[in-house]
Amino acid sequence: MAELLVWPTVIAYGEAALVYAGELRGHRRYDSLGIWGVRVGWLAQTLLLIAQARSADGFPWGTWAGALNLLSWLVVTGYLIWGCRPRYRLVGLAVMPLAACLVVLAWAGGGTALDARGDGWALASHAALMLAGLASFTVAAAMAALYVFEDRRLKRHDADVLRLRLPSLEALDRLAARSTLAGLIFLSAGIAVGLGWLDVSGLDAAMTVAVLIWVLYALALVVRWEAGVRGRRFARLLLAGLILVVAVLPLTHFAA
Amino acid sequence: MRLALAGVSHHRAPLEVRERVAVDLDVAGELAREVAASGGPAHEAVVLSTCNRTELYVAGEDDKLGAHADRALLELAGAGAPALAPAAYRLADESAALHLFRVAAGLDSMVPGEGEILGQVRDAFEAGSPGPLLGRTFRMALRAGRRARVETAIGESPASIPAAAAALAEQVFEGLAGRRVVLVGAGRTSELTARNLRSRGATISVVANRTLDHAARLAASLGAHPAALEELPVVLGDADIVVSSTSAPGFVLDRETLEPVLRARRGRPVLIVDLAVPRDVDPSLGTIDGCFLYDVDALEGVVAATLDGRRSEAVHAERIVSEEAERFRAWRASLAVVPAIASLRAHAEEIRAAELARLEGRLPEGDRDVVDTLTAQIVNKLLHLPTVRLKEAAVTADGLLYADVVRHLFGLDEEEEA
Repeated sequence: MAELLVWPTVIAYGEAALVYAGELRGHRRYDSLGIWGVRVGWLAQTLLLIAQARSADGFPWGTWAGALNLLSWLVVTGYLIWGCRPRYRLVGLAVMPLAACLVVLAWAGGGTALDARGDGWALASHAALMLAGLASFTVAAAMAALYVFEDRRLKRHDADVLRLRLPSLEALDRLAARSTLAGLIFLSAGIAVGLGWLDVSGLDAAMTVAVLIWVLYALALVVRWEAGVRGRRFARLLLAGLILVVAVLPLTHFAA
Repeated sequence: MRLALAGVSHHRAPLEVRERVAVDLDVAGELAREVAASGGPAHEAVVLSTCNRTELYVAGEDDKLGAHADRALLELAGAGAPALAPAAYRLADESAALHLFRVAAGLDSMVPGEGEILGQVRDAFEAGSPGPLLGRTFRMALRAGRRARVETAIGESPASIPAAAAALAEQVFEGLAGRRVVLVGAGRTSELTARNLRSRGATISVVANRTLDHAARLAASLGAHPAALEELPVVLGDADIVVSSTSAPGFVLDRETLEPVLRARRGRPVLIVDLAVPRDVDPSLGTIDGCFLYDVDALEGVVAATLDGRRSEAVHAERIVSEEAERFRAWRASLAVVPAIASLRAHAEEIRAAELARLEGRLPEGDRDVVDTLTAQIVNKLLHLPTVRLKEAAVTADGLLYADVVRHLFGLDEEEEA
């Protein structure tokens, strides 16, 4: 029965995405419905995850579909921390459609079922940390996408730039950098757990990709601090990074 | 009790007519007190005088209240009265209240939703001589104005070029506190823009001008350093916002000069506001990463769009004003049944007191207080529902009919006549 919680989650996330899309067209009167959609969806998904955790003997999100389920929850959690502030509300425009799609994919792949096979807690910690890292990179990419969008509006002198107000470019740039740093810390911890507690017999494709992703994001932060690569160029780096992660990671981790 | 308004505003009166009756807050307060205390039909008065309007609101019992307000306004114009008369308007009762609600919400302003009017209405109310009717009307108008600002976005966007430049700066930077602004040229528009930026926390660090004397004068008033135009490549390195408005025929800031400066900023953004015609800043600089360049046309486009937005929000604000006007109408209508309610309660109290008096001396001392309290409670409970129903009926067209029925049933008129 608890499996049905996936539908209120999808509906609420979808409703929030629609409201934010409407705000983009200047309909501001329903903005509180957007935030409530996020809250209700997050609550439903949290209950679903709790039900999954209780029914499984171990970590129930080890499959690619389960991982997507957990990842979408982490992304929405990150958004809830920032997105409830009025000027950050429209970050939901990038986050909520993505979250709704991830949940639907997770459902299609069986990642929202209650009888998921559980894994050991060492693997659970590793997977949770890696997913938290990816969620942070996703939030960073959402900030970066908004940065590119806002930067373009300002450069093109869009007349409605003050009617639909986004966070300032500086704020988006700073939050993207902080999210990246948080993601890097989670990823480092996840890799450390993986190397320390799991039965690792040599460097496989999944490990290589994880390390490469770590190096890529670490380099992005280094060039930001050392070479002054900020703003639009940093945002594009983060977007490219996420595209790479989305394209490569599932293949190496879940192809089998 | 009636309400009347006489006034002139930007809709029908040009500036040269409005300025004849424009008064400051002290004079407005004094005038209101004079009107209210003159012994004429007005017992309450408030004068609202802003750059867009001068309006005299009065309340009293007399039907000639409106004419009295008209006369007071024309007297204020003195020799300018003949020019004022054709542009003046007069409104009464609900229409006057609705007008005030629209004024407080910024819907009657030249720039819809302008932010100052609500404070001006409040100041006029506090300086004037309001009584029960004008007091209630102004309090409801202030509420309508506050609701329009909180529940709609009518006042959110800038309505002038200096305000738009400052708002754009807030889209680039996370707060303007401590941001360094360089003014190039000492023109009036750049000064206004600088003052707007400074009011939001920015620091005007340098005023650069071809004539150093002019730069020094403006720099002194803004707490900045004066500089010659030749020093610009040096001072621009630290600037976050550049406002340029010179009368130079060519570019004052060209790509050759500025590109190395911008590159050396290592990704730190800069907003350049070019208010000059012909332009001071090479437009190709806007393509450099992190450099946001706005000229007069771009800024005017932003202002026009925000004004459009204000107009669309005005529809929502009008709905709020209508709601408040309806509340006002209901309150006014409830006043019509107040005398009937007062008579009914007085009649009941009279009967109760007479019956208590008949028991005088026949009740033990301790019991008298108990009976007194008990009868008072019975009367109150009996009259509670009729009172509520009468007030409810007053909001509809049946209010006066109900009041007449109550008077007839309880013989209140006969009692008053006797």
